Amino acid sequence: MSAVATRRSGARRRETLAGWTMMAPAAVGLVLFVLVPFLLAGWLSTQNVRLDTPQPPSWFGFEHYRRILLDPDFRTDFWTGLRNNLIFAAVVVPLQTSLALALALLLNKPLRGMPVFRTFFFMPVVFPMALVAVVWKVIYTRGELGLLNSVLDTISFGLIPAQDWLGNPSTALLAIIVMSIWQGAGLQMVIILAGLQSIPAELYEAAALDRANAWQRLRNVTLPGLRNTLIFVAMVTTILSFRLFDQVYIMTGGGPQDATTTVMFQAVTTAFQTNNVGRASAITVLFFLIVLTITLIQRRVLREEREIA
Amino acid sequence: MTTRRSRPARTAGSYLVLTVLALVFMAPIAYLVIGSFKPSSEVIDGVGGFVPRDLSLDNYTGMLGRFASPATGYFADFFFTSLLVTVCVVAFGLLVNSMAAYALARLQWVGRNAVMLGVVALTILPFEAIAVPLFYALNDHRNTYYIQILPFVASAFSIYLFYSFFIGLPKETEEAARLDGAGVWRTYLQIIVPMSKPVFATVAILSFLTTWGSFLWPVMMIDQPQKRPLPLAIAVFQGQPPYDWGQIFAFGVLMVLPVLVVFLLFQRWFVQSLASSGLKG
Repeated sequence: MSAVATRRSGARRRETLAGWTMMAPAAVGLVLFVLVPFLLAGWLSTQNVRLDTPQPPSWFGFEHYRRILLDPDFRTDFWTGLRNNLIFAAVVVPLQTSLALALALLLNKPLRGMPVFRTFFFMPVVFPMALVAVVWKVIYTRGELGLLNSVLDTISFGLIPAQDWLGNPSTALLAIIVMSIWQGAGLQMVIILAGLQSIPAELYEAAALDRANAWQRLRNVTLPGLRNTLIFVAMVTTILSFRLFDQVYIMTGGGPQDATTTVMFQAVTTAFQTNNVGRASAITVLFFLIVLTITLIQRRVLREEREIA
Repeated sequence: MTTRRSRPARTAGSYLVLTVLALVFMAPIAYLVIGSFKPSSEVIDGVGGFVPRDLSLDNYTGMLGRFASPATGYFADFFFTSLLVTVCVVAFGLLVNSMAAYALARLQWVGRNAVMLGVVALTILPFEAIAVPLFYALNDHRNTYYIQILPFVASAFSIYLFYSFFIGLPKETEEAARLDGAGVWRTYLQIIVPMSKPVFATVAILSFLTTWGSFLWPVMMIDQPQKRPLPLAIAVFQGQPPYDWGQIFAFGVLMVLPVLVVFLLFQRWFVQSLASSGLKG
């Protein structure tokens, strides 16, 4: 072995050592606090394990899954939660994305004062969700003194009667949806704004030469240029819809009559209030499978888009 | 759509729409701030809730006086918990995750590709998917500061953000430094870190917002008042009658104030960070 080769392999060994040393703290953290708990979730979901008894975990097979998904005595909880997550996603994703798109298009105009408006629309994003939930809970106060009821009464000249927004099963989820859109639209807006600014100006110049009107420019230049951004934003919001927890915990506790319960809320209350860690873990695993499916769909769609483009 | 409106009319229309939307977006925040200075009995008062009348600091002093025993916890404790946890998660997170990303993006080492694959796979996993088993495994460590910090320092998503940035940096400066005999660590600290301020800002801001607002994990792990972070503390506060909304709003204002100050100071960074973190996914 020549001296050069020896030196090179020595350097490589040093680099391997440095690589592992730099990776080690993060690797240890990820293994201990992400990978192991994830595998533990899979194992616990097949065990009969409770926090309130000193008995060690015992094999339970797929009984938790059978109960959660199929057993008439238990299945309503999970399916109601999943239904609410789906309603939440089905309403929030299109509404919030359209609102964010509209805000971004307005802000993208070359007018004075746009940064100030951007600050206004973006500000709710930095608010902790727990605080947002508390404030909106007060806004939704039932009766004529509730802020929302009073505002609606004023602008409709008394035509809209006062509602018990969070206490009525038919409006509670809607109330949480409106609040979540208020908090989340600003984030989507800045992502879409960045997307808008990456559309080449020549495309708009060409459209102007073709005498395209505003609507045609939107349909034929802006929306195609934003395609990947919009898909990304929609998918991220879908996943957020399935993670829904804080708002429910603070505003309604899953009620009234399970109208606002969610999969995550079920998992936490099962682990926490009924101490049934096994079943909670099984719900967690199902939650992960849902998120995984959405992520894989997102990656496939985005990859196809890139291949076409 | 052949209607032709004059340019000034269209501009005025845009401003009108923007102003109405801005009012809607700011209304809850205005309600919170105004309510925190009003007598509690006038907070829930229809649209009157917006009217700044009889303003005073009574809610603030009253709220601080209410949290003044070990049984209730002290407001300073909640604030300190949130601050300590956030500073630790952000600072250690920046260090640990950027180092890992540098090793993945720039160094040749055995096992690198496998580790990178693992990191990318873990980005899919939201915290919610591991909260329950983590809660079960760490049950003996409830009500501590470190249990609110340690699980969140290493982050696959942060590593991914750093990695995407490092991989796009030009190699020349770095190779020149290496030829001059600078070791891996010196290259990282003196060449890479100074060139990468934008991505450090992005990760810091995202991690700051997430940690300051962290709720699910404290709900599961913390029941002692002294170790409660602010989001959990306000959730407990608003659930205990008699409800004093003025004081609860004062609590809320103090809780969001640090974030708002940092946001208004570094607004450009905030917006760019969040926009870019989205585009890279």
